[in-house]
Amino acid sequence: MRIMAQMAMVMNLDKCIGCHTCSVTCKQAWTNRKGTEYVWFNNVETRPGQGYPRGYEDQEKWQGGWALSKNGRLKLKAGGKLKKLASIFSNPKLPGIEDYYEPWSYEYDNLLSAPEQKHIPTAPPKSLLTGERMDIKWSGNWDDDLGGTYAKADLDPMLKSIGDKVKLEFEETFMFYLPRICEHCLNPSCVASCPSGAIYKREEDGIVLVDQDSCRGWRMCISGCPYKKIYFNHRTGKAEKCTFCYPRIENGEPTVCAETCVGRLRYIGLVFYDADKVTEAASVPDEKDLFAAQKDLILDPHDPDVMDAAERAGIPHDWIMAAQRSPVYKLIKEYDLALPLHPEYRTMPMVWYIPPLSPVVDVVKDTGYDAENAVNLFAAIDELRIPIEYLANLFTAGDTDVVADVLRRMAAMRAFMRDINMGVEPDVRIPHAVGMTPESMEEMYRLLAIAKYDERY
Amino acid sequence: MTTEQTNQSAPTPGVDNPLMNALIGSRKFFTPRATMSEDKREIHYSGGRQGDSFYRNRWSHDKVVRSTHGVNCTGSCSWHVYVKDGLITWESQATDYPSPGPDMPEYEPRGCPRGASFSWYTYSPTRVRYPYVRGALLRLFREAKAANGHDPVLAWKSIVEDPAKARRYKSVRGKGGLVRATWAEAVEIVAAAYVYTVKYLGPDRTTGFSPIPAMSPVSFSSGARFHQLIGGSMLSFYDWYADLPPASPQVFGDQTDVPESGDWWNSSYLMMWGSNVPLTRTPDAHWMAEARYHGQKVISIAPDYAENVKFADEWLAPATGTDGALAMAMGHVILKEFFVDTTTDYFDGYVRKYTDLPFLVELEPDETGVFRPGRFVTATDLGSAATSEADTEDANFKPALWDKATNSPAVPNGTLGHRFAADGEGKWNLDLEDIDPALSIAEATDGIRDAVEVTLPRFDTAAQGEIDEITRGVPVVRLGATIMTTVFDLMLAEYGVGRPGLPGTWAENYEDATSPNTPAWQEAITGVPWQAAARIGREFAANARDSKGRSMIIMGAGTNHWFHSDQTYRTFLTLTTLCGTQGVNGGGWAHYVGQEKIRPFTGWLHLANALDWVRPPRQMTQTTYWYMHTDQWRYDQFGADMLSARAGHGKFKGMSTADAIAQSARLGWQPYYPTFDDNPLDIAEAASQAGKTSAEHIVDELKAGRLRFAAEDPDAANNYPRIWSMWRANTLGSSAKGDQYFLKHLLGVDNSVSAEETPEHLRPRDVDWRDEAPEGKIDLLLTLDFRMTTTTLHSDVVLPAATWYEKHDLSTTDMHPFVNTFNPAISTPWQSRNDWETWATIAEKFSELARTHLGTRTDVVAQPLQHDSPDALNTPHGRVKDWKFGECEPIPGKTMPKLVEVERDFTAIYDQYTSIGPLLESQGMNARGIRFDVDHHVERLRRLNGVVAKGAGKGQPRLDSDRRAADFILGLSGTTNGIMATEGFKKLEIRTGQKLADLSAEHEGKQVSFEDAKAAPVPVITSPEWSGSEAGGRRYSPFTINVERLKPWHTLTGRYQFYIDHDWFLEMGDALPTFRPPLDMNALFGEPQVGDSDGTSIAVRYLTPHNKWAIHSMYQENFFMMSLGRGGQTIWMSVEDAEAVGIADNDWIEAINRNGVVAARAVVSHRMPKGTAFMHHAQERTVNVPLTETTGQRGGIHNSLTRIMIKPTHLVGGYGQLSFAFNYYGPTGNQRDEVTVIRRRTNQNVEY
Repeated sequence: MRIMAQMAMVMNLDKCIGCHTCSVTCKQAWTNRKGTEYVWFNNVETRPGQGYPRGYEDQEKWQGGWALSKNGRLKLKAGGKLKKLASIFSNPKLPGIEDYYEPWSYEYDNLLSAPEQKHIPTAPPKSLLTGERMDIKWSGNWDDDLGGTYAKADLDPMLKSIGDKVKLEFEETFMFYLPRICEHCLNPSCVASCPSGAIYKREEDGIVLVDQDSCRGWRMCISGCPYKKIYFNHRTGKAEKCTFCYPRIENGEPTVCAETCVGRLRYIGLVFYDADKVTEAASVPDEKDLFAAQKDLILDPHDPDVMDAAERAGIPHDWIMAAQRSPVYKLIKEYDLALPLHPEYRTMPMVWYIPPLSPVVDVVKDTGYDAENAVNLFAAIDELRIPIEYLANLFTAGDTDVVADVLRRMAAMRAFMRDINMGVEPDVRIPHAVGMTPESMEEMYRLLAIAKYDERY
Repeated sequence: MTTEQTNQSAPTPGVDNPLMNALIGSRKFFTPRATMSEDKREIHYSGGRQGDSFYRNRWSHDKVVRSTHGVNCTGSCSWHVYVKDGLITWESQATDYPSPGPDMPEYEPRGCPRGASFSWYTYSPTRVRYPYVRGALLRLFREAKAANGHDPVLAWKSIVEDPAKARRYKSVRGKGGLVRATWAEAVEIVAAAYVYTVKYLGPDRTTGFSPIPAMSPVSFSSGARFHQLIGGSMLSFYDWYADLPPASPQVFGDQTDVPESGDWWNSSYLMMWGSNVPLTRTPDAHWMAEARYHGQKVISIAPDYAENVKFADEWLAPATGTDGALAMAMGHVILKEFFVDTTTDYFDGYVRKYTDLPFLVELEPDETGVFRPGRFVTATDLGSAATSEADTEDANFKPALWDKATNSPAVPNGTLGHRFAADGEGKWNLDLEDIDPALSIAEATDGIRDAVEVTLPRFDTAAQGEIDEITRGVPVVRLGATIMTTVFDLMLAEYGVGRPGLPGTWAENYEDATSPNTPAWQEAITGVPWQAAARIGREFAANARDSKGRSMIIMGAGTNHWFHSDQTYRTFLTLTTLCGTQGVNGGGWAHYVGQEKIRPFTGWLHLANALDWVRPPRQMTQTTYWYMHTDQWRYDQFGADMLSARAGHGKFKGMSTADAIAQSARLGWQPYYPTFDDNPLDIAEAASQAGKTSAEHIVDELKAGRLRFAAEDPDAANNYPRIWSMWRANTLGSSAKGDQYFLKHLLGVDNSVSAEETPEHLRPRDVDWRDEAPEGKIDLLLTLDFRMTTTTLHSDVVLPAATWYEKHDLSTTDMHPFVNTFNPAISTPWQSRNDWETWATIAEKFSELARTHLGTRTDVVAQPLQHDSPDALNTPHGRVKDWKFGECEPIPGKTMPKLVEVERDFTAIYDQYTSIGPLLESQGMNARGIRFDVDHHVERLRRLNGVVAKGAGKGQPRLDSDRRAADFILGLSGTTNGIMATEGFKKLEIRTGQKLADLSAEHEGKQVSFEDAKAAPVPVITSPEWSGSEAGGRRYSPFTINVERLKPWHTLTGRYQFYIDHDWFLEMGDALPTFRPPLDMNALFGEPQVGDSDGTSIAVRYLTPHNKWAIHSMYQENFFMMSLGRGGQTIWMSVEDAEAVGIADNDWIEAINRNGVVAARAVVSHRMPKGTAFMHHAQERTVNVPLTETTGQRGGIHNSLTRIMIKPTHLVGGYGQLSFAFNYYGPTGNQRDEVTVIRRRTNQNVEY
């Protein structure tokens, strides 16, 4: 056992309001400068939708992440280093600026400086790359709240396999938001893709960083990252990425995106994992087993053997304490709520998500069921507006059972808590039905709902 | 599957192929500091990472300063502003809010992406750095000054009185050509214009506008104080923005009082109705998301798949503007199942005690013998034989109910008649004592013994201007010739809930679609399945029954911005009130449209209105102001009776809306400025010369026809405003409903109005029509701003303002119970100044010029009859009498406005502006009908801030900075001064006879200082300024004091009013809650019907909801928000509508109606319902707006397609809760009934 500590995050998508405050505070703090105009270390995507850069999840096209070779061993999907070196000066698997977006500003000066003229002055848009006037046709958040999505449904890779089940029509509308930062993977394909060795995982907390001194601008990391969360600074010629706000983390502060999250849906915590088992876990043949394999990598910080090993590995005592009170550990391992984004990329991502509960029953149909029954106040899981297959494509490589289990727990918690709220004796069968005790269900409720600052981070 | 199993089935894990291994391994040479994993897949570094230093350096900063944003967004979030090397870098949310307790989520963090991007403005290329003056005007002024002996006032006079010169600078407004000026020169022009206007035309020809004091009361007060000192008028905002829910004053007698967002947590059933919480209440939305985990059921009612639908357990999507029908059907179900079929003890007890349902209403037969609901039966009607109250002072305002205990009518405590007269002392409370009210007459008569049919209007089937009716029976009791029933009986009739033994037409069951207000009836109107409507209504009530009132409706602009929103809201409030949810934590209405709640109310009220120096202020309802002064009244093609039920007595017959406004002004219901067709300074002087008071003189002159109300001839040269100053506002780029009419008539510039003026036979009856409407009415448009807006572009003078990170101020909201502060993170850059200082500068120059031109003069202020004062007792039974038609005598303060003489020393304006005047000590402070004696509090400010050494303010506390103005507000408000709160409650205890002062006793020693609020947001103190209690740390919910301490509501009955018996409400068909469909713009204005299409253009309902990337006027051009949005003006359309006319996503389109033209990009989405387009609010024409194909002019703003539409009942005054107060009751600037035609531009290559 080789214990390493990893700083990880859980985002509860069920609480995400899609406000993009995280994106703005992150951008203001980190990428509000020349060379990174188009860069959003943190972005929020409306799903269904194409994402940023558009269609990044289409690994048939971009070849990001890992694949298994014929003999069952891991290989970079984009190919080995020979292929890389051969194509190092013309990387074909790199999103173009049009896939991100051409950043723009406006001729704002015109408003103050316009001489007396025929028309009211206005500030036309101009490209921040060329300085020329431009026609705005795409952005990093173009399809926010389903704008234009109806005509481009086929460009959402997650819809492709379930197209026959999903209609993008008014009555069937569903949407949710997916905030994304760098996954700070346990098995980062960007690190393995870098010919310069400039990308590394910090020993103490697993944060993945680009060494700005060592980066030579090959951009292989951009291709290698299946989440497209490494960006090219066109001014410095170096790669840049989300740093998990390490200058803040080192001072005991949460990341900017987490602390400014108005939906209060982000949790940060330390987890321990066995570094010796990562490759093995990332190599399980069946994609649907990857989620369980990844979850198994995370060690129980209360296990005396783990605590002992951690101490011997030089992990400070307060870090062990932090791992024990980690909300991330609880959400992943104790309450079985959090799921990784695209485990099938085999990078072992460390930003986890609680899928959104959207029990909105159909608007047009008669819904005259008995309202007096408290449980019936909430629609059943099988009446979700968001197709469960869509969530499974994002979080479990298509395994709908796992997603359904999570959603069932969330729904059960609401039904259980309703009785308490109404001053009625709660029904203990409800937590039992989803494998929980009344006590653990109430604890889970407190972590998800009350979610005080000290409990989130 | 475990990893062990994997081991057995998989080959030895590792990185594929030896060659690759070798190559990856070569990285070691590049990175000697690294440790690499055995499989060479991983690289770990520890220590000495120089490459990291870039981000560490970027994160470092020199200081962090607390501030917030002065925006009308309801946020009032506290922010940390980061400063590095003397420059503002960015901001992030504060997280140190006072905790609501261990078992609730916290308020931290509060903020949104709009707020997070604000620091961009500090150094943005659109920042106003220096004073600017319109070049053409500056040249004229310099020349005129030289030609007029360097007297700036005479120079101004020579320009504005010369039509050619005036035309020269007015006609180029908005068309570039602003030039830099010095502060001295710019302020001289402004001061000269004010002095000229006051002297030659009248102080009430100047007006100031700044909205929403809660978002920065000091800045609001700066210009407001200046205007009130000189006698100018201030324009209202809450009603103008259509954020005021007129139903609130109508039924609660309260402007608006709502729960803080933390109270959503306490609710177990939450409906979001026309309120898109995640988008418009971004910092608060988490309470809703989290309350679901607490077992709350959430319903979203929205016509589109709005952002909040994501969170809802159920989504009901009524057709736009039909929400009232859905609510009526829910009310039908609740009345039937919880009141008639069974009795629900909790509801039953609640409505008898806290509502007007048991009160008696007289049924009046018309000439054909048809009965209609009439007036409340009062003590006067009952006579001395029946009640001792009949002989009391205000007996006409003491409505009666039926007492089962004595089996006779009785007057309970707590009515309006108990509120002011000496005999009501100790009796203004909701204690029923021995009275046992009968809810229905059937209870009084032990079953239905006697019943009559009443005729009620219905609006769902009638064409605009026509009338349909329905006849339903009510049980009655006869007292002499008076036939009476109860409000409850009328409600059952209105809602169509039958009882055996009653005549009339009744619904057979819920599936009866022919009978108004059944669930099936609403389905045909709204499209919501009848079963769903019935079930949600039933669930709402069942939850309220089981939780003792913890069912809540969050209602918002989606339902409030309509012409008949007051009725829509009354249908919602029927649900919350019948179910006993008002005044209960976790229950009731939660209306959040605009940041109207200035918690430290009393201090702000007196500071802003300069009530420490002069009383009364001039305050005007803005909707009425612009309806008349932008001449939109000239384009109304219909009379007031087109909007009414014609069920009354024909009171609106032959009247236009302008006539209704003129009547409202002359009866003293609503203010109107300018008031008379003469300078009030000259009127007062003439009165003095005639040896009369101004009031006597004015009455005489009016009777003689020598003086007229300006409202009766609004286009006469002396009858419209000449100066319009704005700060913290951008009316022309945001709230100007009928924006293009503003450009045409007020400013005198190009516009795209294509509406035709009213044909002769439809013109006003009492208001003069001039053949030529003036264009360019305003002489001076002044704005203070830190960024360039549509308004600054059109202004004659622009002064550079401090941003929100460069000044001291306060911020409060209804969403959380804290006071926050603004603090300067940097000193004001370039030549900008904070608003307090700017108006001081203007006041100083004004005072100087006044020494030559004005001196001390007497002004006469026409003040409307005031709410929360005995003025509300001026219209017995709501029967309207007009002295102009000889129906009564003109008596100031009774049948017409109060006429108050005010002495103004125009040379001392600066001295007064910068010191606290003597009236607080000599006359006390008044708020919500309570007088506070504040000598000791003023004395404290004297010690705190020092006294003025000389001048008019000698010996008074200093008020010479924004910081000291903040101390005025905090030190002289009950919510921030515990002693004052307690003193106020003690006064109220005398009137109510109820225990109240204990509510603030826990904080009696607490004085919230600016420093306290600078350190962290500070909770406010329970105070009689508001209706809810926070005692013991509970969450704020309105009316808890009314319910728990039996303090009456400020209404006629002292209870929640389901019924309103004023003449105009009866006339309008609005006596009871009812469904009123959107206005028919086809019938009123000849616009096409929604859905009409010729293949290239399509007519749609045009809605202007709030914008995700720019809530309100301060944000739209922000670089970051533009990047997250679509980068310019957009209109959201449904796929069906877009495809019908060949529009694709992101195509350039134009939207056209009679009011104007908009150029925008289409956002096409399947989340939009067919037939509806959204152009989000406050999209500016300053960024990325091309010239239109339709007119060749610059495209308009969202309000270029709307116009002002006034509902006559909003003009009522002088009667109970229907009495004027600023931002409390007045016509709303509703804008959602509009339609537009949309087409794709033929040429997609636009020109700017």
